[in-house]
Amino acid sequence: MRLAGGVLPKVCMCGTHILSLHPQRKEEQRVKISLSINGTQHEADIEPRFLLVHLIRDVIGLTGTHIGCETSICGACTVLLDGKPVKSCAVLAVQANGGQVTTIEGLAKDGQLHPMQEAFWECHGLQCGYCTPGMIMAACGLLKETPNPSEEEIRHGLEGNICRCTGYQHIVDAVKYAADKMVA
Amino acid sequence: MKQSLIGQPAHRKEGRDKVTGQARYVDDLTFPDMLHGVTVRSPIARGQLRGVQFGEGIPWHEFTIVTAKDVPGANCVALILEDQPYLVSDTINHPEEPILLLAHADKYLLEEARRAITFEIEPLPAIFSIEDSLNRKELIWGEDNTFKSFLIEKGDVNAAWAHADFIVEGEYETGAQEQLYIEPNGMIAIANREEGVTVWGSMQCPYYVHKALIKLFDLPPKKIRVVQAVTGGGFGGKEEYPSMIAGHAALLAWKAGKPVKLIYDRAEDMAATTKRHPSKTRIRTAVGKDGKLLATEIDFTIDGGAYATLSSVVLSRGTIHAAGPYNWPAVRVRSRAVATNHPPHGAFRGFGAPQSIFAMERHLNKVAQTVGLSPEELRRRNFLQPGETTSTGQVINEKIDLSSLLDRALKLSDYQTKKTRFAEFNASSSTERKGIGFATFMHGAGFTGSGEVYLSSVVGVEATETGKVRVLTSNTEIGQGSFTIFSQIAADALGIDFSQIEIAQPDTANVPNSGPTVASRTTMIVGKLVESAALGLRQTLVAGGLLGERYSADEFAEACRQHIAQHGALKSFSKYEPPPGVHWDDEKYQGEAYGTYAWAVYVAEVTVDLTTYETRVDDFVALQEVGKVINPVLAAGQIEGGVAQAIGYALYENVVWREGRMVNNQMTNYIMPTSADVPPIRVYFEELPYAYGPSGAKGIGELPMDGPAPAILNAIEDAIGQPGIQTFLGQIPLMPETLMKAMTAGGGND
Repeated sequence: MRLAGGVLPKVCMCGTHILSLHPQRKEEQRVKISLSINGTQHEADIEPRFLLVHLIRDVIGLTGTHIGCETSICGACTVLLDGKPVKSCAVLAVQANGGQVTTIEGLAKDGQLHPMQEAFWECHGLQCGYCTPGMIMAACGLLKETPNPSEEEIRHGLEGNICRCTGYQHIVDAVKYAADKMVA
Repeated sequence: MKQSLIGQPAHRKEGRDKVTGQARYVDDLTFPDMLHGVTVRSPIARGQLRGVQFGEGIPWHEFTIVTAKDVPGANCVALILEDQPYLVSDTINHPEEPILLLAHADKYLLEEARRAITFEIEPLPAIFSIEDSLNRKELIWGEDNTFKSFLIEKGDVNAAWAHADFIVEGEYETGAQEQLYIEPNGMIAIANREEGVTVWGSMQCPYYVHKALIKLFDLPPKKIRVVQAVTGGGFGGKEEYPSMIAGHAALLAWKAGKPVKLIYDRAEDMAATTKRHPSKTRIRTAVGKDGKLLATEIDFTIDGGAYATLSSVVLSRGTIHAAGPYNWPAVRVRSRAVATNHPPHGAFRGFGAPQSIFAMERHLNKVAQTVGLSPEELRRRNFLQPGETTSTGQVINEKIDLSSLLDRALKLSDYQTKKTRFAEFNASSSTERKGIGFATFMHGAGFTGSGEVYLSSVVGVEATETGKVRVLTSNTEIGQGSFTIFSQIAADALGIDFSQIEIAQPDTANVPNSGPTVASRTTMIVGKLVESAALGLRQTLVAGGLLGERYSADEFAEACRQHIAQHGALKSFSKYEPPPGVHWDDEKYQGEAYGTYAWAVYVAEVTVDLTTYETRVDDFVALQEVGKVINPVLAAGQIEGGVAQAIGYALYENVVWREGRMVNNQMTNYIMPTSADVPPIRVYFEELPYAYGPSGAKGIGELPMDGPAPAILNAIEDAIGQPGIQTFLGQIPLMPETLMKAMTAGGGND
C-alpha cells in the first residue's frame, strides 16, 4: 500500500541527515559476533548498533552491496540472511550473529555466473547497475519461495526494490528467464 | 566482411561487472589516509550570515574546517553565469545552501560535529512562488528576479483572434520532481599545490567539473584532472551539481593535505541538490469551427530557484517545444525563468520540454472539446507536415507522417474498442472509472540552436598494442548503455568484432572533450563522431598499405601492430561539423532549433478508484520514430525507464515545500513508482534514418519523459470527465487527495 507524500517531523534544525550516530563511543559497549559471509567465517568486534550493511561494506570490504536510501525503502542493500532476502541497512550486525549471509559477490561459483546474474545481463535487466545487486538478491529470494512466478507475482515480489532506470520491464523479463533456466 | 552490428541487441559492455558486484562506484573507492567530508548548510531560506558557533564536546582541533575565506580562486561555480558561490560568504539565498565544510577520519564523529555547528543568521524575507517573484514582492536576483526570457513570434497572432470561431484559454501547472538516481551523489578529491587537483566521482559531465575546478582553484587546466567513477544513474541530476560537490571535496583535500571523500546520504541529496523546474503555463488559442488551429499565445514561466545555473537553457528547450508538432499559422511564445529562494532547480531528463508539452497536450484536448471534435481528429487536422514550419520557422524536411503514427498507436492500444468498452463499464460501476488518452509530441535531439557549434566536440579512437581499438570520449556511461552503443558503432565502422572495442573511462587526462552527456546527444552527435574517427583510423591503415579493402579481424589487428611498430601511436580524431543548411538566430529565436526531432504518440489506459481516488495506469503504448535504432533492447530500456519516471511525475512524485525547503526528502515519503505500480510498457519504433546521425540514428533519451503525463491526465479526463474539474486536471502531480477534493466538491474550491 502506498503512502501519499507527506511530512515527517524534522529531526533537528539543520538536519538533512539521518546517518546513524555513535551516541557513545565506549569500548566496553562492543560485542563480539561471528557470522559466515559467502561461505567464509568472519569474527567482528562491533558496537551493538552497527548495521549489517556497514559490516559488509566497511569492515569486510565487500562493496557490491550498495546503500541507496538508509531507510530500508530502496532495497539496494538487499542480501540473503539464512537464505531469506533482508535489507542490510535495516538489520543490526548483531542480529546476523551465527547466521549465513550471501552477498552479490557470493552468487557466482568458480567464475560461472548464477542463472539470475546471467538473466539480468542477458535480458538488459540493469542500466546504471546500482540497484542491481540488491535486485538480484531479492529475485533469488523470490524464486526460492515461488520457483515459477507469474508476471504479477514478480512485480509484487520485487516491490521492495526500487529501480529508477529500467521501468522494471526488463527486470521482470530477467526474472522469468532465470526462473525458466532454474526449473529446467 | 562481417554482419553489421547496427540494429543488433548487443549486450552491455560493463554488464558482467554490474551483475557480480565488481563495478566500483565512488563510495566503493578508498585511498590511504583518506578523510570523510561533510557539508554544513543553511537552515533558512534567506538571510545575512553573521557568525558561526562551534558547539562543545567536539575535538575541533582534529577537524579540517573550510569556509569561503579558504577558497584559493574564485568562489563561484563556473557554468553559465557566475552567481552561485561554493560557500556562502555573506548572503544566504536558499535553504540547504553550503556554508562550511568539515573533514575528519571518523565519519560518525563528523556527523556529530556537523550537528554541533550553529549559524548566527539575520533573516531576510524570502519568496517561494512564481507570482511573488514576478510581482517582485522581494527583489532577490538582478534587477527584476528574471534569469532569462525569450520571445518567439511566427505569423500575426493579433490578427487571428477576430477570425476565430472559438477562443480557448487554459492554465497549467507542473511541480518539481526529484531525479532520484539510486546512487546518491559523491566525490573523492586529492588536492595540493604540487600535483594540482584530482577528483573521482559520480557525474555526467567531466569537463563541466573540470571547468569549474579551474576557476575555483585558479590553476591551469593541466593541473586539474576529473575522473568519472561508475555512476549509478543521473537523469540530469548529475549534470551541473557534481561541480559543487567536487569543489567542496577538493577544498577540504587542499586544506587537509589528505584525500577527502564526500558522499551525500539520501536525505541530503534530496533536500540540497537540483530538481525539475516547477512551471506555470497560460495558453490562449484561436480555432476555426472546422478544427483548424489559427493561432496560439503561450506564456510559460519556470521557477529557477535561487541561482541561474542551467535555467536559461532549460527555459530555451521548454519554449521551443511549447507549440508541439502542429502547424500553427501564428504563434507567440513568451517565457521566462524567475528567481525564488528554493535551492536551484536544474537539469532533469526532458529539460523544460515535459513542462510545456504537458500544457499543450492538455490544452488541445480542451480545444477539441470546445470545437466538438475527438482529440485524435483535432490533432489529425493540424499535424505538422513535411514542408511546413515549426514555431521557430524550421522547415520540416523529414518524411514524418504524424497521422499514420497516430493511427498506428491507436490501433496498437485498441483505442476505439476500449473507449466504447470503458464508457459501458463506467456507466455500470460505482467503484471504478476507466479511461484512455494519448499525447502527440516531438523532442529535438542534441543541443539547441548553435549549442553544438559552440561545444565543438572532439572524439578520438586509438589502436592498442594488442590490435584492439579504444574509443576516447568524455561521454559517460550512466546506465543508458553509451559504452555499448559506441562499441557497436566503432566495430561496425571498422568491420571488426564488438569485443575488439574498448571504451576509455572518461578521465580529462586521457580523453578529449566530446561535450556533456545530456540533451539526447550521446548516440546521435557523439556516436557520429565515433563513427567518423573510426573510419579515419581505418583510412590511415588502408592508405599506409597495411590493410586491404577486405580484411579479417586478425588482419586488422596485425595492421594496427605494424603501424604502431613503424610509426608509433595510431590515433584518429574527429571534430563536430554542423550539418549543411542549419541556421540559428539567437536574438530572434528563429531557424533550425535542432538538427532533427524524434516524434511520438503515447497512449495510456487508467483506472480511477472512486473509494481511494488513486489512479492506476493499466496499459501503456509508446510508439516513436527515432531514426535508425542502433540497439533495440537498449532503446526499449530507455523508453521504458523514461515512461516509468513520467508516470511518477504525473501521479506520485509530490515535492512538499515548507519555507523553501523540501520536507519529504526521503524515499519513505517521496513516493516513486515500484514494479507493482508500473504497467507493462509496450514500446514500438518507427525508423526514418537521419542523414547526420550514425547509421541514421537520432537521440531518444529524453523523449519518453515528455508524453506520459499529458497522456495519463487525458485518460483520467476520459475516465471521470465531469464539469468543473478541468482546472484540477491541469496540474501535476495529480495526487489522490486533489482528485477527491475536485470530484466530491464538484470541482469546488479548497
